[in-house]
Amino acid sequence: MHIVVCIKQVPDSAQIRVHPVTNTIMRQGVPAIINPFDVFAIEEALRLKDRFGGRVTVLTMGPPQAEDALRKAIAYGADDVILLTDRAFAGADTLATSFALAQTIRKIGEEHPVDLVFTGKQTIDGDTAQVGPGIAKRLGLQLLTYVSAIDALDLQGRTITVQRRSEGGVQVIQTRLPALITMLEGSNQIRFASMDDMFRSARLTVPQWNKDRAGIEDVSKIGLKGSPTVVSKIFTPKPRAVKAQMIGADLDASGTANAILDILGSRHPRLAQELGLIAP
Amino acid sequence: MSENTAAPAKPKGKKRLELDPRLAAYKGIWVFVEMERGEVHQVSWELLGEGRKLADILNVELGAVILGAGSDELGAAARNAFAYGTDVAYVVADPILADYRNEPYTKAMTDLVNRYQPEILLLGATTLGRDLAGSVATTLLTGLTADCTELAIDPDNRGLLATRPTFGGSLLCTIQTLNYRPQMATIRPRVMAMPEATPERRGRIVSENLQMQEDDIIAKVLEFIPDDAQEQAQLAYADIIVAGGRGMGKAENFRLIWDLAAVLGAEVGGSRPVTHAGWLPADRQVGQSGKTVRPKLYIAAGISGAIQHRVGMEASDVIIAINNDPNAPIFDFATYGIVGDAVQILPVLTDALRSRLAVSRRAG
Amino acid sequence: MAEKFDAIVVGAGPAGNAAAYTMAKAGLSVLQLERGETPGTKNVQGAILYADALERIIPDFRDDAPLERHVIEQRMWVLDEKSFIGTNYRSDAFNSDQPNRYTILRAPFDKWFSGKVKAAGGLVICETTVTDLIQEGKKVIGVRTDREGGDIYADVVILADGVNSLLAKKAGFHGELEAKNVALAVKEIHFLPEEVVQSRFNIKGNEGVVIEIAGAVTHGMVGTAFLYTNKESITLGIGCLLSDFKKAGIAPYTLLEELKAHPAIAPLIEGGEMKEYAAHLIPEGGYKAVPTLYGEGWMIAGDSAGLVNAVHREGSNLAMTSGRLAAETVIALKEMKLPCTAPHLARYKAALDDSFVMKDLRKYKELPDILHGNPHFFSVYPQLLNRAAHTMLMVDGQDKHSKEKTIRGSFVEQRSLWGLVGDAYRMWRATR
Repeated sequence: MHIVVCIKQVPDSAQIRVHPVTNTIMRQGVPAIINPFDVFAIEEALRLKDRFGGRVTVLTMGPPQAEDALRKAIAYGADDVILLTDRAFAGADTLATSFALAQTIRKIGEEHPVDLVFTGKQTIDGDTAQVGPGIAKRLGLQLLTYVSAIDALDLQGRTITVQRRSEGGVQVIQTRLPALITMLEGSNQIRFASMDDMFRSARLTVPQWNKDRAGIEDVSKIGLKGSPTVVSKIFTPKPRAVKAQMIGADLDASGTANAILDILGSRHPRLAQELGLIAP
Repeated sequence: MSENTAAPAKPKGKKRLELDPRLAAYKGIWVFVEMERGEVHQVSWELLGEGRKLADILNVELGAVILGAGSDELGAAARNAFAYGTDVAYVVADPILADYRNEPYTKAMTDLVNRYQPEILLLGATTLGRDLAGSVATTLLTGLTADCTELAIDPDNRGLLATRPTFGGSLLCTIQTLNYRPQMATIRPRVMAMPEATPERRGRIVSENLQMQEDDIIAKVLEFIPDDAQEQAQLAYADIIVAGGRGMGKAENFRLIWDLAAVLGAEVGGSRPVTHAGWLPADRQVGQSGKTVRPKLYIAAGISGAIQHRVGMEASDVIIAINNDPNAPIFDFATYGIVGDAVQILPVLTDALRSRLAVSRRAG
Repeated sequence: MAEKFDAIVVGAGPAGNAAAYTMAKAGLSVLQLERGETPGTKNVQGAILYADALERIIPDFRDDAPLERHVIEQRMWVLDEKSFIGTNYRSDAFNSDQPNRYTILRAPFDKWFSGKVKAAGGLVICETTVTDLIQEGKKVIGVRTDREGGDIYADVVILADGVNSLLAKKAGFHGELEAKNVALAVKEIHFLPEEVVQSRFNIKGNEGVVIEIAGAVTHGMVGTAFLYTNKESITLGIGCLLSDFKKAGIAPYTLLEELKAHPAIAPLIEGGEMKEYAAHLIPEGGYKAVPTLYGEGWMIAGDSAGLVNAVHREGSNLAMTSGRLAAETVIALKEMKLPCTAPHLARYKAALDDSFVMKDLRKYKELPDILHGNPHFFSVYPQLLNRAAHTMLMVDGQDKHSKEKTIRGSFVEQRSLWGLVGDAYRMWRATR
């Protein structure tokens, strides 16, 4: 069995702060991490490998620095990694990105046919959740989004059964391989790498593929040219005018609790009525 | 190479562009009416309200795409769609469409688009809407902008100006789909206002057949396990939310969040680290990568207020934040702030509230 | 099959990086282990980089190291509640091709230094904590990490795991740190546009200013504060002895807040955005607190060995130098095909004794005790000095001679004449 996991290196948005005065964002020193949603995809792929054998290849498209993310994937236990990097990819939107990744997976498959592709549910910088479905459509893979558990995998019969999240409940779906799965967060917990894998990761030379190596000939489908959408404007959101009024600085817990309830009653009477704090 | 988020594209100079005549033939605004188990998701009505405004600006028809199995449900959905401003309902009724599956829904939608050629297609940014939108856009090879917070029309070229948060919510960007049609966008529940219904309003129904047999479809739904009504998170439409963050310390401490929520009759939410750690189910995440909420009261316990959380909840009427770090960013935009350990304060607040409610109920 | 190296370095701070780089460059097989997520994530420093120590390790470091500003002006300020008195030394001579001091930000600097270790062939593994030293009798033969299959062997282990070295304590190489020998320092980095930094400090290009601060801001505790100019930010910090913090019951953060609000400091950081807050322990016990520095199969360097010159606020240069000397000891033994036994590793101690590291520490060896026994250095004097300056500068019709008399009087009143003389003598002895 061969699983390809697509990941992305992203700035850790939890560490971005907005300047309270100028209202600009402060990117400086914000570390680059593996998109947290993708970590669940890596772990799920590794678990399948533990159960059924085979190999896990982790793929990312990005600048040369993105090799740090792949090094980490090796430490977790991935067998191979590929960094797809080429200036020609710059400015790609989700459609162009999914084209480049799909072509690369096709190329990877020429050597080792791919049974499953995993991605995270979405990234934390783009939040589009479009690249996974895009890759699936381009490669003709069965698409399984928001998967919370893999119930069964039959490599002989070429079928897979998963639980996927939908708005009102959980769908149990059976489909055939090859398939693309976008993994729901919280569905597993990433392993703590062994010392051997840490050594493998530290010694690794990350293989870089450019567009030619990935077999991409048509440059009109990648980068800015291959992107139907363009960003016409970037701006900072309007700041919320006031800071919080601090309550209970000199009170104990119970005093603070009562102070906040008093304030709700006096300043937000309608809300307090709805809560039942004060009689209508 | 990062989904239009890393760097602004170079300004395109002149935005007025001559559309390919083949694309200029695309006319009208469409909204996908999302049905699951016979129920229309409220986001669809919100989008029809917004779609109506855009259609009026462009002076075109507003279409509603209604896919499903039972013709009664579809008929009811179409009548409601008319009430919310739809001119034409495009209906595909087929038993195959009973459960949502990517393949037949993508096929039904792309066939309709290719045949009737709308210039704009809007979908709710729900799990279903996002799954479908990504597949449809790739199949049609057109542009899709996710999670828009504002839609407008470029007076220069009739193009859609889709504004969305980016970079974890710290910036907004406006995205255009130039030489491709339709222009697709997804919008989250609760971002657009619910329109007023005009029950007597009528429209046209266009019925199409699904060009697919069950045997053509590989994916089979073996079972649907509906959420327990009590378990089901209705965060987007909740009036009161109690949310916890990493500052709660450990999973067991979320009992304190649930306790307070029970007394308040509130929904329970959480920040990203909390759902990633499995302390709460994924669908309870509030924020840029979770749900957008706008309750009347939002209590944030042990949540630092990183931008990506903030954009999902800052439209709440009243925000009470409890955090032990006086410099936590949440105090920059909460209404009321309490510096302290949420694990200690929550149970006291729950008790105080419980005794007050008992008193006011006796009095009332 | 467990891995084996010529040397294992624990820690990726200045001492660890210096040691790992020097050995890797000499062709030894080196493994460096760091518990932080990336090299430098656990490191905190003001920070001033002293060129000389790094130059001896990487002579052409100026070509690509991320340096903020080279220091052309040093101010020493003594504060009381409202005012300060101080000296400035500024010289264009510091604008040479090879400036001797730079301000740096540790995060990018450590990343750069670690990159050099890797480029030299060292193997760097992060997010891995060394939990134990593997010993065969008294001899250290490797380390145990917190990961599965985590035993790794080496001919020698260099401990550079920072102040309060848990490993060294666990292995019994040194005892608990005493609170009177450790300072707790807190600092913040405030971001300002480059032009603002330049105009506020009257500097151009990459010129930088350092302000060393003592006085009322420490509430009479043994300690000092500092302000460094970076390219687009200002680092502001304050540190006092841990024992004093305990006694006074004041939180370090409170001191920093007061410092920021001081009329002499507030205008310098006004409008800046606080980006980074960090707290750090600094071993300030000096010469007398330095533990045993080597044994069978191990050496200890940098903060973990307490190699800090508190008087001159130097630490990273002592760390780099000790790391380099430890590495050179291993290289020399390898060349001579000698094992890393205690008698052979004694060369490390000899080399340190012969260097500025131990010479400086020895010179100031009495100072920690004197400062500790004489808290008035940090309370009474600052007030007196500021009052003296105020009196002198006040044009109020009083003649200068009378003013001097008033000043002298107030000094003697607050601190007996014998006390003053004694203080001067002790200071002279301690810093001579």
